[in-house]
Amino acid sequence: MTDITPHGSQPAKLGHSPVADVPHVLRATDTNPKAAKRAERQVASMFLLSIILVIAFIVCYVTIDKDTVVYIPVFGEVALLTIMLGLTSGLSILLIGAGAIQWAKKLMPDVEVVQMRHEMASPADATAEAAANYERGKEESGFARYPIIRRTLIGAMALFPIPALFLLRDLWSGGLSGKASPDEILSHTLWRKGERIVVDETYQPIKPEDLPVGGLVSAVPANLMEEQELSGNLDARGKAAIILVRMDPTEIVAQQGDGWDYQGIVAYSKICTHVGCPIALYEQRTHHLLCPCHQSTFDLANAGAVVFGPAARNMPQLPIGVDNEGYLVALDDFAQPVGPSFWERG
Amino acid sequence: MSTTSPVETAGAGAATYVDQRLGSNKFLARNLGKVFPDHWSFMLGEIALYSFLVVLLTGTYLTLFFKPSMVEVIYDGSYVPLKGVSMSEAYSSTLDISFDVRGGLLIRQMHHWAALIFVASMSVHMFRVFFTGAFRKPREFNWIIGVVLVTLGLGAGFSGYSLPDDLLSGTGLQIARGIVQSIPVIGTWGAFLLFGGEFPGTDFISRLYAIHILLIPGLILAMVTVHLIMVFTQKHTQFPGPGRTNDNVVGYPLMPVYMAKAGGFFFIVFGIIALVGGLVSINPIWVFGPYTPDQVSAATQPDWYIGWLDGALRTMPNLESHIAGFTLSWNVLVPAVIIPGIIFTALGAYPFIEAWVTGDKSEHHLLDRPRNAPTRTGLGVMAITFYLLLFIGGGNDLIASAFNMSFNSIIWFLRISYFVLPPLMFVLTRRICLGLQRRDREKLLHGYEAGRILRLPHGEFIEAHEPLSVKELAVITSKTDIAPIPTPQKTDIDGVKNKKYAIQSRRSKLSHFFYGENVPLPSAAEIEAGQAHVAADAALEAPLHAYEDADQISTFHGGVLHHPGMAATNAEQQNEH
Amino acid sequence: MKFLAARRRNPLVALGLLLAALVAVGGGYAAIANVQPAQASASSQTQVEEGKKLYLAGCSSCHGMEAQGTANGPTLLGVGAAAVDFQVSSGRMPLAAPGAQAVAKAPSYNEEQVAALAAYVASLAPGPAIPTEEDASFEGANVAQGGVLFRTNCAQCHQAAGQGAALTQGKWAPNLMQAEPKEILEAMLTGPQSMPVFSDGTLPLENKKQIIAYINNLQNASSPGGLDLGRLGPVTEGLFLWTAVFAALIGAAIWIGIKAR
Repeated sequence: MTDITPHGSQPAKLGHSPVADVPHVLRATDTNPKAAKRAERQVASMFLLSIILVIAFIVCYVTIDKDTVVYIPVFGEVALLTIMLGLTSGLSILLIGAGAIQWAKKLMPDVEVVQMRHEMASPADATAEAAANYERGKEESGFARYPIIRRTLIGAMALFPIPALFLLRDLWSGGLSGKASPDEILSHTLWRKGERIVVDETYQPIKPEDLPVGGLVSAVPANLMEEQELSGNLDARGKAAIILVRMDPTEIVAQQGDGWDYQGIVAYSKICTHVGCPIALYEQRTHHLLCPCHQSTFDLANAGAVVFGPAARNMPQLPIGVDNEGYLVALDDFAQPVGPSFWERG
Repeated sequence: MSTTSPVETAGAGAATYVDQRLGSNKFLARNLGKVFPDHWSFMLGEIALYSFLVVLLTGTYLTLFFKPSMVEVIYDGSYVPLKGVSMSEAYSSTLDISFDVRGGLLIRQMHHWAALIFVASMSVHMFRVFFTGAFRKPREFNWIIGVVLVTLGLGAGFSGYSLPDDLLSGTGLQIARGIVQSIPVIGTWGAFLLFGGEFPGTDFISRLYAIHILLIPGLILAMVTVHLIMVFTQKHTQFPGPGRTNDNVVGYPLMPVYMAKAGGFFFIVFGIIALVGGLVSINPIWVFGPYTPDQVSAATQPDWYIGWLDGALRTMPNLESHIAGFTLSWNVLVPAVIIPGIIFTALGAYPFIEAWVTGDKSEHHLLDRPRNAPTRTGLGVMAITFYLLLFIGGGNDLIASAFNMSFNSIIWFLRISYFVLPPLMFVLTRRICLGLQRRDREKLLHGYEAGRILRLPHGEFIEAHEPLSVKELAVITSKTDIAPIPTPQKTDIDGVKNKKYAIQSRRSKLSHFFYGENVPLPSAAEIEAGQAHVAADAALEAPLHAYEDADQISTFHGGVLHHPGMAATNAEQQNEH
Repeated sequence: MKFLAARRRNPLVALGLLLAALVAVGGGYAAIANVQPAQASASSQTQVEEGKKLYLAGCSSCHGMEAQGTANGPTLLGVGAAAVDFQVSSGRMPLAAPGAQAVAKAPSYNEEQVAALAAYVASLAPGPAIPTEEDASFEGANVAQGGVLFRTNCAQCHQAAGQGAALTQGKWAPNLMQAEPKEILEAMLTGPQSMPVFSDGTLPLENKKQIIAYINNLQNASSPGGLDLGRLGPVTEGLFLWTAVFAALIGAAIWIGIKAR
């Protein structure tokens, strides 16, 4: 700007020039030795306090029991050790930073200086030299003269990572010939004809009269316990979990199969058809089942149809009946894969 | 005047020793005095860097105690409400870190808070870079690295969040698996390979652990190094101001001021993280319980930086196609794969898109004021609006219960808002920017409105104006307008048909849209004349000040300043007539 | 009385202390909250008469003269004394205003009146009785097992920390932090509003007591990590990050940039 005159002049520093146009205001610490002394004491006391806090940290670590709980207003009841270690270490670290910055602000020069930039692009002679070097290399290697070498090299370079891809195959050992493929595995659960329905976690078999209208039970197949003996049952549990609810038989509008209920008791998969969250948020008045992850809502009185949210498919229904001892059993496996969709699902 | 201590003598010896082997003194000579500009917003990237260092330090400590194993164990630690419960070793060792390792909970919480700060500060840093146009030539590579770093940050965060194998994060992994399964053709196999079989399987935590502690941090560290080397080589951008040009850099030298400030700031960030880690609970996994695929908690949420994805999943309508015996789950693919893919691709490509549209090939080291690039600023605000709407979707159940609303209504509000609010915010922001440009032009031509009305001896009322300060003049006049690309000709002068007409014409239109409406700065002469006029105004006020000084009587009356010798009050005026 | 304080010694001692603490807390609760359960169950004819009067005056307009239900309210036949006790003593009934669901508020009837109403409704058709003091006591119940059952049966609606959460169309599962043992038991037995019934047949009283013990534990739990941010999970953590933590960090950055005077 033409109408701005440079203000003041600062002595040039090593490698820098002062900034034109910027008036420099002296600080109290520049003009008043007392203020400078005060700043010096300030900075030093921050560092000193930091040292003391480290000692305090060690004292806290050694003396406070890890299970001591104290009441602190606002925080409520908290573990004293965590709080004290956080406070002492946090403040000791923070004070080093605050001290350094206070030092820079109050006692180090606050005159802004200028450095010139240079264009990022290399000068023309450097570019020319680089190009010449490349040409020489190309010529000497014969890269242009031996096309067959060039092409085979490119081919080799393109193919050499392929073995790495093969090596990833055994991340999962299943799916080989004779073994079940992923879509087959996803399509079957532990449920089969006559398998007893038992209460999740307590493994009690259920009689229809145990379940009143409006009742809800999270349930699993009885054979899940055997599965546990074999290899832990989380995989099987993740597919076989169901919920049982009972409603007035007259309230059932539709089901996925004729007579799949037992006197108003219906069984649906607990695994959401959207991305697989377990769902048991059942509203007994509306018969709606709500997924807490993405809020897909299914109507269990109407064949598990989607009434809201991102899920595209009905909740799969499990056909149920009772065995000769009067306990609830599955009449078959699910008629469709449970859980989220996948490509081969059809 | 300076004295040399024995420590310094030893240091100098060491420097010489290293220099003779690496030539390091040349580097020091060049760079100890390197100038860095000072602005608080330049610290955002530093927050990201420092919180990453804290994540590395605390994370290393955690690896000493954490066992990345899905082997089932019966818990026998000191947290009574889980005693005897069957859980994975990963979860049980996280409980041990929280309850049985002294200070373990502090470090775990610091690690988690620092991770949240890492992603958050990267995002804010990115917004700063975007809105000030710092990504323009020559810094496009660094922008791309930044986008990669944000993506890696999300991966680092999500993989770490999932490691403790608690009910909350396990549900998150179930969702992640559902998303992988939705990918056409390779999704099902991909999911089986990733998880080593069905969900949850027994392999995934240890695989994720390798990704979380080796692969992702290694990549981040490499990317951060390149990012910083580029900042160093290209020298930092600076905001416009007096004496600051596109060819210089104004600030403080590395040694000592910048070193003290940047180094001090590291300790401040570290200290704040330690304080928050000690005082504020985060991810209390013992409340959520161990993961079991048939249990779930209401209000299941991911950490904030994944919240937008969860929001997208929640608001997507339930579309699914069944074609030729195969399933295409648009309801998962679109929000979880396609939209994030588009967002990150667009983000990475933005500098190149803008440069192509504007045809700008010059280097930029002086930052843009957001108002001077109204279309870019509008696009940024539009993107933020879209992001915030997705984010609201991710927490709609908590919003619903906090404000007694129905989340169904929130979802419908969002489904409509996605298409309405972002464009509205774009138009609004662009208009506001252009308005601010017009005001800047006014300021250059007429100075500040002082808010004082001046009555001249001949009775004329004028509003007093004040000249701009040196700083403001420098800031406003830093605006460099880039001329829009001219409309192309269909045929050249020789009558040869322009084959690229279609694309050139589109580019020209975009370019006009981008910068065409910008309010041009007045010419230097106009500014000079304007400021001179303002100075003349000020001169009119001079006798007033002399008068004020003379008798100390306030002549300010009813918002109108009166010239000396003139009637000050209405009564006096009436007396005159 | 907090479990964490108790963990100072051997785990078994800790367990013992914990149980003692739970008994003390639970017993205290029961003593305060549940003074007349025995009277409620042993309803006299006069109590039923009294209850009928109250019913006709305050409830019949929605639930019908014979408690058969109307368009405005469900039938009360078979809901049992427990349901009446839960709804009326928590103030949910009588309904203050139509809405997505009934809101808990200060009860409109005193304890005697509630007992009378409950006796009347119970006299119409059999249903779950008001739990006795003994039913609601969770002395010696296994807290950890209660936690497992809570996460299987309750957390999907009431959230893992019992903080409550949203249901569909503006309904909600309430926060359990103030819930009393008897209340929890009644809710499980009767399935108020949207909540399903957890019958004794599928979730025996013993398991219910374990769940109550776990909820009691959640209510009295300390927060080992400091400020608990409402125990609502990542959303409130994110909010705290973007407000308090960022204010501190950016405040520090600005302080660094300000020139000293």
